[in-house]
Parts: sequence; structure tokens; C-alpha cells
Amino acid sequence: MSHESTYKPGTAIERWLDKRLPIIRLGYDSFVDFPTPKNLNYWWTFGGILAVCLVIQILTGVILAMHYTPNSALAFNSVEHIMRDVNYGWLMRYVHANGASMFFLAVYIHMFRGLFYGSYKEPREMLWILGVVIFLLMMATAFMGYVLPWGQMSYWGATVITNILGAIPVLGESIRTLLWGGPSVDNPTLNRFFSLHYLLPFAIAGVVVLHVWALHIPGNNNPAGIPVKDVKKDTVPFHPYYTVKDGFAIAAFLVLFSLFVFYGPNTLGHPDNYIEANPLSTPAHIVPEWYFLPFYAILRAITFNIGPITSKLGGVIAMFGAIAVLFVLPWLDTSKVRSMRYRPTAQLWFYLFVIDCLALGYLGSQPAEGKFVMMAQIATAYYFLFFLVILPLLGLFEKPKPQPRSIAESVLKPHQSDAGIAVQPAE
Amino acid sequence: MIRKTLNLFLAIGAAATVGIGAAAASGGGTAPLKHEHWSFAGPFGTYDKEAMQRGYQVYETICSNCHGVSLLAFRNLGEKGGPFHLDACPAGIPETVDCSIANNNPIVKAIAANYKFKVTDGPDDTGGMFDRAPIPSDRIPSPYANEQQARAANGGARPPDLSLIIKARHHGPDYVYSLLTGFEEAPPNFNLAPTQHYNPYFPGDMSQLLKEEFRTPEGHPIEGIEIPHGGVLAMAPPLADGVVDYADESVPETVEQYSHDVVQFLAWASEPKMEARKKLGFMTIAYLLVLTGILYWSYREIWSKVEH
Repeated sequence: MSHESTYKPGTAIERWLDKRLPIIRLGYDSFVDFPTPKNLNYWWTFGGILAVCLVIQILTGVILAMHYTPNSALAFNSVEHIMRDVNYGWLMRYVHANGASMFFLAVYIHMFRGLFYGSYKEPREMLWILGVVIFLLMMATAFMGYVLPWGQMSYWGATVITNILGAIPVLGESIRTLLWGGPSVDNPTLNRFFSLHYLLPFAIAGVVVLHVWALHIPGNNNPAGIPVKDVKKDTVPFHPYYTVKDGFAIAAFLVLFSLFVFYGPNTLGHPDNYIEANPLSTPAHIVPEWYFLPFYAILRAITFNIGPITSKLGGVIAMFGAIAVLFVLPWLDTSKVRSMRYRPTAQLWFYLFVIDCLALGYLGSQPAEGKFVMMAQIATAYYFLFFLVILPLLGLFEKPKPQPRSIAESVLKPHQSDAGIAVQPAE
Repeated sequence: MIRKTLNLFLAIGAAATVGIGAAAASGGGTAPLKHEHWSFAGPFGTYDKEAMQRGYQVYETICSNCHGVSLLAFRNLGEKGGPFHLDACPAGIPETVDCSIANNNPIVKAIAANYKFKVTDGPDDTGGMFDRAPIPSDRIPSPYANEQQARAANGGARPPDLSLIIKARHHGPDYVYSLLTGFEEAPPNFNLAPTQHYNPYFPGDMSQLLKEEFRTPEGHPIEGIEIPHGGVLAMAPPLADGVVDYADESVPETVEQYSHDVVQFLAWASEPKMEARKKLGFMTIAYLLVLTGILYWSYREIWSKVEH
């Protein structure tokens, strides 16, 4: 939250700099003395974890780009060159490839946390919207990155997804041709995907700066969902209280990350991507990476035409709609209560939504046939109902539990007050 | 027009994907894989060096006649973790030579120099290309100059490169082992061309090969006909008991043993840095666990004075 700066330049150099470019002051006010609610739980550590993920991806990616060749005849072997001949190249590649999965794991937890605690509500709408922009950029970046090794899944995944964009009326064909750079996925596609895959992470970094800025205006939301009333009683300085807590969570997260990198580096990948791309041989099943599966299920769930909208276009609309709906979420949720801790009915629908997303992920991995089609349609329907019907109506009809008067109270007297501290007192 | 046709083709291809999967599932599927014990499985697993050496021998004697390992150089065989790595030179080599460097490794040098295929080098001083015996720094030469030659020599089927085969298949080690040891007489009632060899572990659809007289007019199998697991492939059973002569008399010269050994070699070829990876992983995770512990303790300590 915006607060009086308490930075005191200690040295002559700092005083000199502070008059000209108060960058140390900015850092001090944002990451040292920043008043942070004292009741944040571990779900709040994923912001820091995500920052670490982005840095890891950029560092390993820059190094990989030094050894990778973006040419359809050479790309596959250049990746194997990295794996075999570059010193610790295998480490860079496995960290980068699994890093994408870890990044998405963390971002999904981060988003569900925002959803549960109402972190998108007034006055944090911009913070949430910027987060959705980052998520979109991440998806584009990850999709293009997966094409670069030029394996069978790279090639055929790119073919399927770019073809889908061709279904967009009027512009679709042009967009697809622009992405392909020719009549099909080929060398020009690989070249532009490499260029954009290198570019977009820096765009993400830029939006992350805006995201953090937008966070520091209203300050953190918190598990009680109520604003800070008294900075002294309700908050602690970010450093050392949250640097150490985030640090602990980041280290624990890196243990999980390392287990994948060192002991199951290909667990989340697909064996077909160790076969070089072959335009003449289609793999038996084309499946995207796990983090795209829910959206892939939504895309394939639309198997029927709706008036002039073909099933293909309908699928595209549903898939993009699934993300677009997140942008307007702050205005769809009509409840004045931020945290679902005090919204027992909303909680149930939320947990059902989490299960629904996991189900969509599973269905995206299965062939779109038989009972799976109907199941994906039901799951897709619930996804949209949750945002478009349930959240708007809940706010009007549910009866929330009473909220604590202040963060300090929610922390100090969990056993005395009925104030809906059904969940354990926040860490 | 061409573009339109191509787009259509791609769209059909994408749509057909699901259909192909369905067809495979409604046929016999593939037989459940044989589960071998692999020394390299698990967090502390390592390659069995002697098995890798024998596996290389099987590869060189048998597999290499049709399959390349184009991502491997001879020097890789002598690098740390490779099948022929030496810590010190054998007797008779001057002390100034370091045989732990693969290019100096006498075994690797001999393997390269005597390899069955030459490498093309050049241009020489007169501008001509010439063939010469490989040296350790060369990639292991493949049996065919190009895809067309490979197909022409194998009835239209291209023998896949084996450099990554273990990572390019689900349950790669068990799959390759099962395939190599799994060739069978084709079940009766099926029409196989002489170039087709039945294997219950190879993905395919045997229902396509069912003889006419066992089909209903709609083409479905008649009552009582079971569609067997697996499919047909162009590769004839490559191994037979005794075809490779092992120096170590105590090791059985059987198809099972050959298959086991060649899988060891190919697993290493797919992932030559696996041992280094697991070792580094152990150190990394140990470090991170200590760090996590210290940070947790610090966190408790720092927060102990705050009511939260």
C-alpha cells in the first residue's frame, strides 16, 4: 500500500543518488519497509515463487539460445547437441523444459488463490487484469517454446493449434498464414516462433513490473479479505518477515523442481518429441503439454454447430472465452465480501470449480470420443456457469458469515470470535 | 488452390488423428510389456558397464547393418559414463598419454579404425571427396546415405535411427526388450506379406490383415475370430541364440541376454548424462533441503515475536 517513505540515505553516495534517481528509495519502500498484512498464509508465497520461475526461465533460455539453431533441418539435432556436447547443456535444457511446467503449476495455484480470496475485487481490478495478461503471454511463450525442439509433438501441436486459428472468421486465414510464413508449418514458422519465444518473456517481465506496481498501490489482499485499518497493528514490514517466509517457500518449491529436473526430467514430456518432426507421419495422439489440457478439452468440447457458428469456430470461441471471462471477473462477482472464508456457499462452488478444472485437464488428455465428449461438454458448461451465472447470483442471494473487524482481530482472537474463522488462523 | 488443398489435408490429418487412435484401440492393442529389471532405473540406478559393452557389440554386429546411431560419435563410447571409458591406460602405452580422454582411448581408437562403414571426408587438395576409416571424433557412420536408400533396401520401410529410441517410446527399455524378444509366428487366419513380421508388442492393427474368408461382408471379423495383440513390422527377427559371440564365456548367448544388453547400450545412447544428472541431483537436493530447513528455522525465529 502507498505509505510514507521511511528511507534515510545513509551514505553520501546514497544521498547524492537519492536526489537524482531515487531508485534505492523505490526498492526500499517496495521490498523492505512495505507494510504487509501479517496474516498472509502460504498461498501468498506463490508470487515470489513465480518471480523466481521467470528469472530461471530467462537465464536458462538465454544460455540455450547460444547453442540452439532455429532451422528446421538442424533444430532437432542442435537440441541433442545441447544435451550431449554442451557443458551442463542437459541441465540447462531440463531446467528450462521442466521450468515451464513449474511456472504453470505455480501460476495456477496463484490464480486459484486470487479466486478464493477475492483478490480481483475493488480496488485490485487492474492487478488481476495484468495478471491475466501475464498468463496469456505465458501461454503464447510456452506454446512457441514447445515447437522449438522440432520433434513430432512440436510440429503436430503447432499444426493443430495454428489451424484452429484459421477458423476465426475473416482474419483467421491471414493470421494463420502470418504465423506459418508459408503454406504450412515449416522453417519460416520455426524462425518466427524462435524470435517471438525470445521476445515475449521480456514482455512478461515488463507486465510483471506493472503487476507489482499495481500491487503496491492498494497493498496485498489477505486471507481475511478486509483492508488494513491500522498499519501498526495489522501489518509487518515486508523485510524480514515476508522475505524469509517467501524464501522458505521458494526453497521448498525448488526441491520439487529439482526432483523433476534430476529424477524425472521427461515425466511431463511426451516420448514422441524425441522423434524428429516429420510432416508425412502423424502421431497417433496429438496432445499438448499438461498445462494446456483444460483449454484443449474446452476447444474440443464444442462438437456441434450453433447457427452460423461451426463447431470448429465454436471451439475456438469457447477456448478464448475461457480466458476472456477472467478479464471481466471483477465485475461478474457481485459479492461485497472478498474472502470466501466468509462465504460458505461460494466455497462449495469454488471447490467444485477446482475439481472441474482438474477434470477438464484429464479430459483434454483423452481422445475426444465416446463418453469423454459428453463429460467435456458438462465440464465446459460448469466452467462458464461458474463465472457467468453462479458468481453473479451468489453475491445477491448468499448469506455471508460476519467478517472480523480488523486483520489484527482475525489473527489474535480466532477462538473467541465467531467471525467465521472456520479455516485455521492464518499463518 | 494448392494452399486450400493443403489446408484441407492438414485439417483432415488433425481430425483423423483421433480416428487412428480409436482404430488401434478397437483392434487388439499391444500386448502388456515384459518388465525387466533395469540397473539404470530408480534414483540411484546406474548403467551396467559390462552389459553396455556387450550391448555395443550386439549393436555393431547386428543392428548397425540397418540402423544408425547418428547422434553418437565414437569418442562418446570412451567418455566418462560410456561403455569403454578408461581411468588409466592399459600397459604398453607411454605414461604421457591420458587415456581417460576419449580420443586417446585405445579401445575406442580400435573400434573406430575397424568400423564396417567408412566416413566421407574432403575435399582434398585436388577438390575430390574421399573415404577413410573413422577416427574417435567422427560420428558413428550410418548404414545408409539417405532416407531413400534406406527405404529402397528395406521394402519401403525406413529403419529408425536408434540414438534416442529408448526415450522416444513409452516405457522405452521394456518396449525395446519386449519387441526384440517378442517375435512370434503370426496367428493363422491372417495374410502376411513376406516382408511383414508379426510382433504382439508392435503397435498396429491386425484386423486389417484378416483373411477374406474370416470376415463378414461388412469386413468385420466373423464370430469366434480373435484379433491378436500387436501388428506387423518390416524388421525380421534380428536376433537368434548364438549369433553374437561374447568374450565372457559365463554370459549366456541367448536372444534374451542380447536384448537385455543392447537395451543397456541404447539407454545410455539416449541419455549419456544420466549418471552425472542423478549425482548432481543428489547434491542439489541435499543442499536445498538444508537451505529449506535453515530458512524455516529463521522464519519461525523472526516471526516468534509477532502475533499472527
